[in-house]
Amino acid sequence: MPVEIDVDHVARLARLALTDEERERFREQLALILEHAERVREVAAADVEPTAHPVPQKNVFRDDEPGECLTQEEALANAPEAEDGRFKVPKVIEAE
Amino acid sequence: MTELCDRTAEELQGLLASGEVGAVEIAESSLARIEAVDEKTKSFLEVTGDLALEQARQVDERRAKGQGLWAVAGIPLALKDVLCTKGITTTCGSKILESYVPPYDCTAWSRLRYGGGVLVGKTNCDEFAMGSSTENSAYFPTRNPWNLETVPGGSSGGSAAAVAAGEAVWALGTDTGGSVRQPASLCGIVGFKPTYGLVSRYGLIAFASSLDHVSTFSRTVRDGAALLSGIAGKDPMDATSLPTEPRDYTAGLADGIKGLRIGVVREWLGEGVEPGVRSAVEASIERLAGLGAEIGEVALPHTDYALSAYYLIAPAECSSNLARYDGVRYGHRAEGATDVVDLNMRTRGEGFGDEVKRRIILGTYSLSAGYYDAYYGQAQKVRTLVIKDFNEAYERFDLLLGPTSPTTAFRLGEKTDDPLSMYLADIFTIPADLAGVPAISVPCGVDEKGLPIGLQLMGKHLDESTVLRAANTFEKDLGFSQRPPLVEEVAA
Repeated sequence: MPVEIDVDHVARLARLALTDEERERFREQLALILEHAERVREVAAADVEPTAHPVPQKNVFRDDEPGECLTQEEALANAPEAEDGRFKVPKVIEAE
Repeated sequence: MTELCDRTAEELQGLLASGEVGAVEIAESSLARIEAVDEKTKSFLEVTGDLALEQARQVDERRAKGQGLWAVAGIPLALKDVLCTKGITTTCGSKILESYVPPYDCTAWSRLRYGGGVLVGKTNCDEFAMGSSTENSAYFPTRNPWNLETVPGGSSGGSAAAVAAGEAVWALGTDTGGSVRQPASLCGIVGFKPTYGLVSRYGLIAFASSLDHVSTFSRTVRDGAALLSGIAGKDPMDATSLPTEPRDYTAGLADGIKGLRIGVVREWLGEGVEPGVRSAVEASIERLAGLGAEIGEVALPHTDYALSAYYLIAPAECSSNLARYDGVRYGHRAEGATDVVDLNMRTRGEGFGDEVKRRIILGTYSLSAGYYDAYYGQAQKVRTLVIKDFNEAYERFDLLLGPTSPTTAFRLGEKTDDPLSMYLADIFTIPADLAGVPAISVPCGVDEKGLPIGLQLMGKHLDESTVLRAANTFEKDLGFSQRPPLVEEVAA
C-alpha cells in the first residue's frame, strides 16, 4: 500500500521549517521508509500489551531533600538572549 | 614497538601501580597519537589536551603520596559528544548545539572523573546519534582506521575510531539501535551494551529514552568490563536506572564456558549477510563449541519485524525529545523571526540536519491523531513480542549468538542517499536494544578485504557476567591481534 505523508502538515506540527527541496525529497524518502515500517501491521497483536520500557519500574522516588541546583546565572548561560534574569523571546501575544 | 597508548587499560594499570610509568606519560602518548593520526581519522570534535594532562598530574600526585588508585585512574578516555561534560562544549554532532556548554556532568563521566579518569576529548558522531556511519555529523565524517575510504560505523563512530587508532585507550558511546556494537564491529574492537538501566542516562542528551544505553568501547573484553565497573549502578538522577549496587565486572572473566548453552540465531546467517561475515561467525561457533559450549539453534521470529518497529518507536521518541530545541533556552536561534512559532520553526529548520529532520517528521507523523494506533501503538506491541521471543529463547539458552553487522565497513557515501539501506546496517543490533538485554560485539576475524568482523553475544537481563565471560574466553582463545594499518604505520 503506497503511503503518502502530508509533509507540510506534519512539519507544522513539529515546528520545523522546510525548504521546497527538502519537502519533495523527504516526501519520497519517507514514503519508502514508511512502506517498510508498515510491516508491523502484518503482525497479529490485537491482544498483546504494548511495551513502553524494556525494564519497567514503578513508583521510583527519591528523598525530597533540597540539593545542589543551578544558579540563575548558570541556567541562563546558554540562552541565545536573556534579560533581567529571564529568557527573552519575541512577542507571543498581539496587542489589541 | 608498542606505544603506551596502544596498551590495554589492564597493562597500563599494572605499569602505573608498579611505578614504571606515570599517568602524564600515558596521557602524552595518547595526545601524541591524536596529533599524528586525527587529521586522517577525524575521530574528535574537540581534543581536551590541557584537561587530560591536568587530570593525569592529579593521578600522579596521588601515586606519589602512596594513595590507592581506582581501576579507571590515569587511563585516557574519549567521550561521545552526546554526553554532557561541565564546561566543555557538547554538540551532539549538531549545528543546533554548536556552542552549548553544559553546566553539569553526565553521571557516567562524573563517576569516572571522580575515579581519576583522564579525558582526552569529545568524539564525533551522527547528529543526535541518528545514523550508522557517522556521516550524519554536521561537522565532518569520521574515517575508519582500517581503511580511510570506509566509514567507522555509527553513530558512535568517533569513539570507535579513536579506540581502534590508539587515540584513546577506551571510550564511552551510546547504543540506541546498535550505535556502539556496530561501529565496534566495523573498527575491530569490543563494544558492550549493558542491560537497559544499568548505567545512568543522566546527562546523556536524549534521542530515544526507552532505547538509549550508555555503552563501552575497549580493545579487550576485560577492559570493557573494567570501564563498565566504573560507571554502572543506581543513580537517583535517572528514574529508569535500576537498583543495582556497584560491582567488579572483571571478576570471574577467566572461569571458562564449559556447559554454557549458546543459541545461534538461525535467521541471522541467511540472505543479506556477506559471505565473509557468515564464514567468520560460523568458525566462531566451532571455536566456542571447542571451548566447551553447548551449541543449539534458536529462532527469534519477531525480530524480522524489529527493524520496522524500531523505525517507528525511535523516531516517535526522538520527535518528542527534540522538541526542546526551540531557540529559547540554549543552542542556535534563528535571526529575524516575527513571533515565537516562527522563531521555533526557523531555528529548527536551520539547526537540524537531514536525518534528524526525517526522523522528527516520521515520529511526529506516527504519533499524530489518526495514526497513533496503527503505527506507534502497533510498534509497541511488536516490541512486546520481540521481548517474548528473547524470554523464550533464554529458557533454553544462556546466550544468543549472531553477527553484529551484516557487512564489514562500507565506503563513505555508499548509503548516504538511501536512508533505508543505512537503516538495514542495524538489523542485528536493534533487537537487543528493544529488549534491553546486554549484548557485546567482539572481533572474530577479518574479511577478504582485510576489514574486521564482529561476533555478537546477547545475554539475559542483568547477566552481564555471562556475556563478558563468554566473550573473554572467545577473545583469549582466538588471539585476534591485528591492528589497523594506520596504527602499524605510526607505531613503526
